Formats: sequence, C-alpha cells, structure tokens
Amino acid sequence: MPVESWLIFLLSFMIVGSIIALEMKDLLSAIISIGVVGLGVSMAFLLLQAPDLAIVQFLFEIFSIVIMVRAFIKKDYHKEEPSKVNKILAGVTVITLIAVFFLSVPLFKLLPPFGEPLMTTARYYLENGARETGSANIVSAVILDYRAYDTLGETTVLFTAILGTLTIIRIKKRAKPTEEEKP
Amino acid sequence: MTVYLLCFTLFLIGLYGIITKRDLVRIIISSGIMGYAVNLMIVLFGYKNGSIYPIFVKNMPISPQAMVDPLPQALVLTSIVIELGTTAMLVALAVRLFEKYQTFDITKIRRLSG
Amino acid sequence: MKQQAGMTLIVKTVTRISVWLIMLYGIYIILHGHLSPGGGFAGGVIIALAFLNVMLAFGRDFIKNWLNIEMLHDIDSSSAMMFLAVGILGMAFGGSFLANFISHGTLFNLVSSGTIQVLNIVIGLKVGMGLFIVVWALALFHLDRKEMK
Repeated sequence: MPVESWLIFLLSFMIVGSIIALEMKDLLSAIISIGVVGLGVSMAFLLLQAPDLAIVQFLFEIFSIVIMVRAFIKKDYHKEEPSKVNKILAGVTVITLIAVFFLSVPLFKLLPPFGEPLMTTARYYLENGARETGSANIVSAVILDYRAYDTLGETTVLFTAILGTLTIIRIKKRAKPTEEEKP
Repeated sequence: MTVYLLCFTLFLIGLYGIITKRDLVRIIISSGIMGYAVNLMIVLFGYKNGSIYPIFVKNMPISPQAMVDPLPQALVLTSIVIELGTTAMLVALAVRLFEKYQTFDITKIRRLSG
Repeated sequence: MKQQAGMTLIVKTVTRISVWLIMLYGIYIILHGHLSPGGGFAGGVIIALAFLNVMLAFGRDFIKNWLNIEMLHDIDSSSAMMFLAVGILGMAFGGSFLANFISHGTLFNLVSSGTIQVLNIVIGLKVGMGLFIVVWALALFHLDRKEMK
C-alpha cells in the first residue's frame, strides 16, 4: 500500500483517539488516549522517513504521560463533575470551526501536491552536508552545525522552562504574605 | 491533499478542546493535541515520494536526490522538545492551583479570589 | 507505607540488572548521534528514564541516598555554560560563533565531525539531568504536602 493510504488510516485513527480523549469522563483514560495519539504521530514519522523524529517524539511523549499521571492521578482528587456544558459556546464554536475548515479547502489546493516538495535550500544541505561537516546524519549536521544557534535557543528555552517548573513547585507555604515583604 | 485536511482537522479538534472545556486537565491535553498536529503537518510538507531518510550509510551508496527534505525534520525536533517544557510547566501550575482552590474547574477558580 | 517502599521484589531485582543496560544504551545513542538517528535529545531522555526507573522501583527515599541531587543541578547548569563556551571557542579559533573548529576526521568514524559530537554530549547531559529533576521535584512535592497535613 502506498504511504498516503497508510497515513490517511493513521490520521483517522488519531482523530478518533483525540475525540475520545476529550470526551471521556475518567481522567486516567483520557491521559492514556492522548498517549495513544502520540504513538500514532510517532508511527507517522516512521512512515515519512524521519527516524530521528520518531525516536524523539516517542520518548518525549512517554515522559509527558509520566509527568501527567504522576501529578493528576491521586486518590483524594475529586472526579470531574458531570457539569453543565455551556451549550451555546459549544455550538457556536463547532459552527465557526466547521466554517473555517471549509474556507481553508481552497487554500490547501494552492500547496504543492503531497510528495513533491520544493526543496530549494535542502538541496544544498543534502549535497554538501556530509563533506563540509563530516557527519553522516544530515539532520544532526543541520541542527548542530548549520543551525547551531537555533539549538542554543532551544536549550535555553528548555532550561528556563525547567527552572520555572521547579520554582512553581518549590514555593514554601507562607502564613501571611504581607509579613514577607522586603523593604 | 486529503492528508493535509485530516491534519488540519486534528488541529481544529485541539482548538475546540481549549475553547470549550472547563477542566484544567482537558485544556492541557488539548494543547498537546494541537502540538502533535502542527508537528505532523510540518513534516508532511517535506516528504518526497519514493525517498529514503537523510542519513548516509557506510557501504550503501545513496544519491542525495533520493532523500527526503531534512529541514522540516530539524525544525520539528526543536518544537517537540519545547512542547515538553511547556507541558511540564502547565502541569506544575495546575497542581499548585488545585492545592489552593481544591478544584480543577476554571469557572470556579475565576470566582474565588486569594 | 508500602507505597513509599517501592515495588515488589521481582521488579527490584530486574531493575538492578537492567538499569545499567538502559544507561549504556542512552550513552550509545548520544555518542553515535552523527552516524545514526538519535543524537543528544533522545539519548538524554533515555538516561532520565533510567533514573526514573530506579525511583519508581525503589521508592523516593532510596533516591535521596543513591543520587546527589545537588550534583545533578550543577551538571545541568554547567552544561548550559559549556554550550556557550564551545561557541566562544569557535569564535576564537574558527572565525564565527559556534563554528566547527575541531578537525573533521574521516567520514563514518566514531570520533569525527568536530564539535557536533561535543555538542551532542553536552545536550544529552543537560536534557537528561533537567528532566529527571522535574519528576523528582514533582514526587517530593506530594511527599511534602502529605507530611504537612
């Protein structure tokens, strides 16, 4: 079967999985459904000939699931009340999103067809990458030699996000906030 | 083109979740769905029919014309890592909010005041 | 009390053997980042998952004695500084920030391609230590709140 048919099958499976993840009442089932959607994305990356991305997506998604289960599944957390869904907001949103979808179909017709990319810059990277950088993995050569500045920015963002998480979690309880103000 | 439209549908489902849902955990899950859809869309733009991954192997001569586009893969690598940092921070915020207000419902959190 | 002591005996025994293999696999993926798919990010997460395996199997108190958390903080922060140091050295020897100034070697060797391998190691350490510290802090957060109540 050609790649496009496999991708259509995987994408419909992911759409069903994400609808289940949003509508389930039980929290643990919703988190596991989102894990399954992430696995589907990883398999799609394998089909699209991107093994680097498949490994990284799979591992980071498992880590997200571990963090979410660790934080949200406890015995003394309440269950989500079957509360009154704001029907007007839901209806208006669905209609607006369907309208956006149908208005965007002519835009997608303007793109080059699936499987024929333009590749104007990438041709240079593919032909000269191995010789100029000495690395056999062209994706590594791009992120660590031609575009190493972007990787520096990404490392900084990850560092800041981790520091922010630690700061939020580690605030000790204060008895009276006004007493702690420094002059 | 069907593939692009299905990916856009996944993105719109995530958007619907962020706008309509009232539980903080669902909002975090929906932002994850939007992240998956965007990453998949960018890699879909770079696929070439009948091509192979952009890695040179020692005793197998591969012509550079038969490789997929490596640039979208490099950009999406960055994006996946940053998504994890954002999700970790959202989870930390949600845990602290639960500790203070004893609920995950965002309408109730807006009404109470410190 | 059973929750804090970790998991059953079978899990503990298998973890004792397999956690070193997981760490070895993570180091392999980091070092071969320029020859096969993976690189610094994937290898770093595998090392973090190895530590997480020990924490889940043996309990939170065991990790306090086994790993020095302050050292993980230091490795994390100094890896960010080392990235910048490689960049400035590139400016000194190669002419532009983050230039590839170490010699490239022959293609397909393990030690080749200059700063790409050094940067892979730096990123792997940073991502691994950072992600494990987040999960450890989350676990300790619940422990503190339980003790306060």
